[in-house]
Amino acid sequence: MPLNITALTVFVLFFVLVTFVGFAAANWKKGDLDKLHEWGLAGGKFGTIITWFLLGGDLYTAYTFIAVPALAFGAGAIAFFAVPYTIIIYPFVFVVFPRLWSVARAHGYITAADFVRGRYGDRWLALAVALTGILATLPYIALQLIGLEVVIAAMGVQLAGALVYLPLIISFAILATFDYFSGLRAPAAIAIIKDIMIYLTVFAAVIVIPLQLGGWSNVFAAVPREKLLLPDNFGAYSGYATLFLGSAMALFLYPHSVTGVLSSSSRHVIRRNAALLPAYSFLLGLIALLGFMALAVGVERIPAYAASFQQFGANFAVPALFLEVFPDWFVGFAFAAIGIGALVPAAIMSIAAANLFSRNIYKEFINPNCRPMQESRTAKLTSLAVKVGALMFIIFLPHEYAIQMQLLGGIWIIHTFPAVIFGLYTRWLDGKALLIGWAVGMISGTWMAAINVFRPIYPLEIFGTTVPGYIAVYSFILNFVVSVVLSAVFNMAAKARADETRPSDYYALEGAGGGTGH
Amino acid sequence: MEDNRDNGKKDHNGPILLLLLIPMLVFFVPLYNTVEPTLFGFPFFYWFQLGWIFVSMIVTAAVYFGTEPR
Repeated sequence: MPLNITALTVFVLFFVLVTFVGFAAANWKKGDLDKLHEWGLAGGKFGTIITWFLLGGDLYTAYTFIAVPALAFGAGAIAFFAVPYTIIIYPFVFVVFPRLWSVARAHGYITAADFVRGRYGDRWLALAVALTGILATLPYIALQLIGLEVVIAAMGVQLAGALVYLPLIISFAILATFDYFSGLRAPAAIAIIKDIMIYLTVFAAVIVIPLQLGGWSNVFAAVPREKLLLPDNFGAYSGYATLFLGSAMALFLYPHSVTGVLSSSSRHVIRRNAALLPAYSFLLGLIALLGFMALAVGVERIPAYAASFQQFGANFAVPALFLEVFPDWFVGFAFAAIGIGALVPAAIMSIAAANLFSRNIYKEFINPNCRPMQESRTAKLTSLAVKVGALMFIIFLPHEYAIQMQLLGGIWIIHTFPAVIFGLYTRWLDGKALLIGWAVGMISGTWMAAINVFRPIYPLEIFGTTVPGYIAVYSFILNFVVSVVLSAVFNMAAKARADETRPSDYYALEGAGGGTGH
Repeated sequence: MEDNRDNGKKDHNGPILLLLLIPMLVFFVPLYNTVEPTLFGFPFFYWFQLGWIFVSMIVTAAVYFGTEPR
């Protein structure tokens, strides 16, 4: 593809803008960035609107914007699981997560692993939760890079030889620098710009493109009949329902979600956002339909895009659609929205992984007497290391690995559900039992994914009937059963249960003092 | 779990929370896995799920206002 100068200029201008905003954010809601809860949680000062932008920018990532329509483009109706997935999650967040916010504020917890450490008094269970979070996050960051790479290539930036990854490296260097200096304040500020850009892009697309195509019925008419709906059988339904159930259970266990929740200034902010965040779900549903629009326009038959489809597969559907229907300047704007949409979640994810490493591994196991400044510096360096790791992943390994790893990440993170979510309601479960349940779930989930060649839906045989279901859900059931049965056994050897939290902590409106750790 | 050391800052739970089961209707996939009735060219499968986002927003907002301490 020839270099698209107009689009590239607009794209670069927006990147320069967000770079300035990223650095300026260090002085926003001023705090001592040498303290981890200030750098990594922005001091927990974000109100309803900023949290809405932050969580929206965080959960609905660039990769989502590329991959969900790509799935619709290639596989049809099943891609719409992203909609019920984000419908069922918010009532759950509404009920459950104010409790996590309150207990975290009461005890200065900054990660889910912190809570587990305090609730069960078990550093090994906390380590398992921390490691799972870090492991699940790394490929997710790598995937953001794929989103960025696709749009950069779509503007015709084709460098040869050793320079081929230069644009990615520059983008990530910018990201790493403002993250290091400004912490969570940077992605929060940039998320506001990015989300407005995404809304404008998507609304322009869903108004302009169906008009050009002669109405929505023509858009849906382009979808092959057998892909317009799910197959009419029980297996298709159980696959669809467990896919969105398991995805929803996993979503708010991801470290970057927990970071977003804990950075809010009150439990009411979380409750309000549970009602307001579905606006992004609607946006995501429209984005999924971009895949159908790409089918209707017939982008894969246009010779100019053949090489890019060969390189990126269905992930090129949305960029090709935009190139085909939008003027160059708006293509630049839309691609900048996707590109910045890669930076925001990548920033929050690496901060969240860094918080976990610094608080739950470095401080817990390596340097228990570290000063607050050492703790925050470790986190800043970890956030750099995490980004370099993600970059290496994309440069040196096939993209397929990142996608498979991210699938595994979703299957892994769900195994922190019993310790974290049930832990918010009861101390009946035993720490050791949860740790064994976690291990059983991790191993069985990974094993099922491997023998299923990394397809998420596993055809489980139950009493001679095949019940296809999402691997995360099946392995979670194993984890749950093991945790409950072993807890019952271990609890018979009655001993005093370690627990630093009190029931009233789960309703606390304010903490005892700034998050300095346990 | 019941809070035995209630200090007056309890969660404002109650039957109104049952309203939050309404969004869970999406688990009945066969209910909406059809083309008809279409709306503005959208098959039912698509507009039902998109529309249900708004239903769940309204329900959650109602529960919010119904449980927020005044």
